[in-house]
Amino acid sequence: MSDWVIEAEGITKVYRMGDIEVHALSGVDLRIARGEIVSIMGPSGSGKTTLMNILGCLDRPTSGSYSLDGSQVAELSDDQLAAIRNKKVGFVFQSFNLLGRQTALTNVELPMRYAGVSNGRRKRAMEALEAVGLGDRVQHRPNELSGGQQQRVAIARALVNNPAMIMADEPTGNLDSKSGVEIVQILLDLNRNIGTTLIFVTHDPEIAAHTKRVISLLDGLITEDRIVEK
Amino acid sequence: MDLWRIVLEALDSLASNKVRSALTVLGIVIGVGAVIAMLAIGAGAQNTITGSISGIGTNLLFVMRGGSEEVRNPQPLTLGDAEAMRDPFAAPSVIGVAPVLQGSAEITFTGEGDIVAAVGVTPEHESVRNVEIAEGEFINEIHLLGRSAVVVLGPDIAETLFGRTESIVGESVRIEGQPFRVIGITIAKGGQGPTNEDNQIYIPMSTAQTRLFRRSGSDHVDMILVQALNADAVTTAEEEISAILRNRHRTAIGEDDFTTFSQQSFLEVAETITNVFTIFLGGVASISLLVGGIGIMNIMLVSVTERTREIGLRKAVGARKRDIMLQFLAESALLSLFGGLIGIVLGWALSMLVGAIAAASNADINPVVGIDAVLLATIFSAAVGLFFGLYPAKRAADLEPVEALRYE
Ligand SMILES: Nc1ncnc2c1ncn2[C@@H]1O[C@H](COP(=O)(O)OP(=O)(O)OP(=O)(O)O)[C@@H](O)[C@H]1O
Ligand SMILES: [Mg+2]
Repeated sequence: MSDWVIEAEGITKVYRMGDIEVHALSGVDLRIARGEIVSIMGPSGSGKTTLMNILGCLDRPTSGSYSLDGSQVAELSDDQLAAIRNKKVGFVFQSFNLLGRQTALTNVELPMRYAGVSNGRRKRAMEALEAVGLGDRVQHRPNELSGGQQQRVAIARALVNNPAMIMADEPTGNLDSKSGVEIVQILLDLNRNIGTTLIFVTHDPEIAAHTKRVISLLDGLITEDRIVEK
Repeated sequence: MDLWRIVLEALDSLASNKVRSALTVLGIVIGVGAVIAMLAIGAGAQNTITGSISGIGTNLLFVMRGGSEEVRNPQPLTLGDAEAMRDPFAAPSVIGVAPVLQGSAEITFTGEGDIVAAVGVTPEHESVRNVEIAEGEFINEIHLLGRSAVVVLGPDIAETLFGRTESIVGESVRIEGQPFRVIGITIAKGGQGPTNEDNQIYIPMSTAQTRLFRRSGSDHVDMILVQALNADAVTTAEEEISAILRNRHRTAIGEDDFTTFSQQSFLEVAETITNVFTIFLGGVASISLLVGGIGIMNIMLVSVTERTREIGLRKAVGARKRDIMLQFLAESALLSLFGGLIGIVLGWALSMLVGAIAAASNADINPVVGIDAVLLATIFSAAVGLFFGLYPAKRAADLEPVEALRYE
């Protein structure tokens, strides 16, 4: 297995809306090593979410080659992509995206259910919730939790299948600054403790300040890729 | 995904929108209820008809005067014809022959009176027609030979004349003005209408011919009932008596001046009629099932749209197409299955109600909800749910994860 979690070359994404073509990404080359912490920054509409979706195998590039954790993604079927997302990628969204009728515990169990894990599901979900500091809220439903707590459930859900990387698209966008900092801290701790690769998409320089590598995007192209020395 | 978890989640989802689920299921409830009730009532009606046809005796043949329309001047059936059918060599498949002479007669007792069907019979009539006597005796050979003025009453006419159905034997009544002695009362069979056997009277054949109806040709009869040895012998018995009559009436084959019906053919006609009835009503009921299925499809489509983001999220964390398919199919199938189960109960209640109403109006139909109908309805309703859930589930499964997650 190579040391690169992400190896992307010449990624483009074109949306066709009637006669108009929108070039959301116009040739992105990117390598991210195992265990790295990366922020992707850029103005609104620059293609951050589009890139994130492609890197997370939620979407396919229009052209270019992409290999995630050593496997080429281009030729895979929808269901094979689903399996990759399930095992190798953990998503944390701006709007939490928890299942409203289910408890924190069953929300966290969800990826394991799709992975076909039947033994020890409950125990692993409990451990993940404890890791994000929610060991005492496992039976709560999303509407009984604060925004920060909901996002922590989402993080527990993202990490429960031991993915190669966690992708967080503006994870603090819906949170106040205090819980935003907590969320970022939890993710950073994960990286430090188990070496999970972290990719943040963010507008917030505060968050970017926590990461060693910052990638700037503008009009679908990488304009800057710098390592910040502290 | 284990199936149990899928079912639980589907139940949870249906329960989260109880009113909507209940309304959606209504079409299926009504459809299945109607099917169950129709089948039950149809089966009940069939049993009643079969029962009443079987009740008139076993393995019977009815022989009547007159053949097809081309046959001119059909000869009447006579006591001689009946006697000839008793010949064990010419008709070995026949074990009983009962000629019948029918007419209406006025019967009175101390002022009370009614016009009833009077049947002139021979003693064999009792066994051939399965007549049961509640009190006294049936007409015997001595009555027949003596042209006795004796009568056996049905319980209804007994009730009309005497206000009771017991201790009547020995009383004297007048039939067409002539005095007759009551020698027996038959058991109530619970009939009604013009063919109600509880409201008819039996008198000896000889008495009817000579004293009551006084028709030309004193040995003519209206009908001859023939009992075959057993069910398998009915067809041969029919051939045997046909041969005897052709011979006696000197008619060629194909120009019979008489007609025979078997009890079996009545049963078959009755069965065909009730089957057609059941199929027709079943068809009407299944249209309502169809409408119910479309209702389910409609609501499932709404549900898929409402839960687009949820579907996107599930796909993001690794749900494959078939996981999503299964989730929505489970919901529509369970929805429809519940409708089916409630419908079965409703249909059962409905058929019991119809049975009660029928009993109250003496129509005596006992609806039967068969286990096969219940199984059929259960499987069918689940299948309706699966079928009409297929399209919405496929829509859900085919959603692009990115598009689904962006959905507002
Ligand atoms: N499904 C789509 N159909 C058409 N155009 C799209 C679609 N998704 C994105 N785009 C376009 O692609 C470009 C990049 O969008 P993207 O969502 O990646 O931006 P972003 O950098 O995440 O912005 P923001 O910071 O506001 O979230 C935009 O111009 C957007 O209009
Ligand atoms: Mg975005």
